Amino acid sequence: MKPSRNPALLGGTALVLVLLFAALVGPALVKANPLAIDLADTLAAPSRAHPLGCDGLGRDVLARIVWGARLSLGISLSVVLVSLTIGGLIGGAAALAGARVDNLIMRGVDVVLAFPGILLAIALAAILGPGLLDLAIALCAMGWTGYARVVRGEVLTLREREYVTAAEALGAGRGRILLRHLLPAIAGPVAVQATFGIGGIIGAEAALSFLGLGARPPTPSWGNMLDAGRAFLLVAPHLTTAPGLAIGLSILGFNLLGDGLAQLAATRS
Amino acid sequence: MSRYFARRLAQLVPVALGVVTLTFALIHLVPGDPVVAMLGESATPTDIEGLRQELGLDRPLLTQYGAFLAGLAVGDLGESISQHRSVASLIRERYPATIELAAAGLVVGMLLAFPLGIIAGARPGSAADLGAMGFAVLGISVPHIYLGPLLMIFFSLDLGWLPLTGRGGFDHLVLPAVTLGTALAAVTARMLRQSLVQISGSDYLRTARSKGLSASAALLRHGLRNAITSVVTLLGLEAGALLTGALIVEMIFSWPGIGRLLIGAINARDYPLVEGCVLAFALTYVVANMLTDALYALVDPRVRLR
Repeated sequence: MKPSRNPALLGGTALVLVLLFAALVGPALVKANPLAIDLADTLAAPSRAHPLGCDGLGRDVLARIVWGARLSLGISLSVVLVSLTIGGLIGGAAALAGARVDNLIMRGVDVVLAFPGILLAIALAAILGPGLLDLAIALCAMGWTGYARVVRGEVLTLREREYVTAAEALGAGRGRILLRHLLPAIAGPVAVQATFGIGGIIGAEAALSFLGLGARPPTPSWGNMLDAGRAFLLVAPHLTTAPGLAIGLSILGFNLLGDGLAQLAATRS
Repeated sequence: MSRYFARRLAQLVPVALGVVTLTFALIHLVPGDPVVAMLGESATPTDIEGLRQELGLDRPLLTQYGAFLAGLAVGDLGESISQHRSVASLIRERYPATIELAAAGLVVGMLLAFPLGIIAGARPGSAADLGAMGFAVLGISVPHIYLGPLLMIFFSLDLGWLPLTGRGGFDHLVLPAVTLGTALAAVTARMLRQSLVQISGSDYLRTARSKGLSASAALLRHGLRNAITSVVTLLGLEAGALLTGALIVEMIFSWPGIGRLLIGAINARDYPLVEGCVLAFALTYVVANMLTDALYALVDPRVRLR
């Protein structure tokens, strides 16, 4: 299937590009200060001066949305990168180290996976306290296991291939085989998983901030904007609509991109 | 069958012990002093030492772990600092509300997923398939924290059909259950469609059709039974999302379950209660996975024979 005939890939790429644009260029284009309080504009409806209106403290919602995009994307990309590195190394080591070490590592992974959804991140964030670094640590603690499983599974399958046996016969060590021969081959499935993972972390970060365990106010985060907007559901529904759509469209973008990449990989294989 | 369940039960024990140990380690080993966190930075060393002794945190870690396990064995999870009551009794009080919400979310999820998945899987590529799968993609992408307020605006504030928050009769359950069940419905509908599309090309369905059954009747009578096994597998994987989703939905709709208890405990820095709530969620997930396995064995006889 050509990429141009893959609507999920096209739609996902478009949404992700919009998000990237909002995060990278948005803060420069939107002149309003996301932290500037102006009580005269409290709960102002969308207007030319404030295209998405103002919140309960008169702060410009559009400015907070684009700064929130920077935070959301920054955290999710960093968390996925760190989780992928940790999970990939642990999964790769488990697959190559032999049955006993593999068993030990994977039982540890199973215990972490026995914590449902974002509960582990919630528990860790509760102990570490609210803050962006602590939030990122909590999300990494939740995220690495999925990558460990995928990488281990892929490596276990690939290491039986003839080209790996040939490399072993030529005297290549485990590290070299992992880095030179296995990693390039598993890059596809891992990239698909990471793409879905970015969407998942965007949702998890928003949920934790919504629960008061992520970015601290006044730092603009889509999750804490949604939480603050709930108090004004009746009089200013735009306060929940704007961050809600931002979260939803971002997750949709990465989900579509992941679907599209998976379809592309399936067609090529 | 009973041997299968006995084996699954035996496998449950180490996982449950691992979950208990990790929960204990979270509170006791993660950098940061929970006692200082509870009392605040202005607490005197005497206050800190006093609370540490009261909570038993001055004892060696292994002794604390042993006491934690011994207490757990008799249902004693310690005393809540903020509510001055036993953690176990607080959890017992709130647990039914969380289970009620999660079960209602599951029911809503299945009620939406089956028609959508079947409509899409019976005619892949049709307008109905596109519509159903479009809903599924949206359902997966819209987070609870947005869908909940959106439903509140429409059905509670604009139309006035359903109560805004709280727990009460059936009408109180509708919006939280729909908020919780939509994402599950979306994921399940996609899985069901995929399974049905794969199955539709199989020999036994071709045989059923050649014997005179219509394509849709063959798919519903013979294909669906096989497709359900993949849905059951998915339910096990999604049980975690359902439980933590319930936690978030409880906060949105002021639903008095363990999720709200946990977040309240976090805000009050009530670590014994945080520990108890985390454990309750995690062990429920372990048991939910076992129940899924049991269901899997019930719908697929091959599993029992393995």
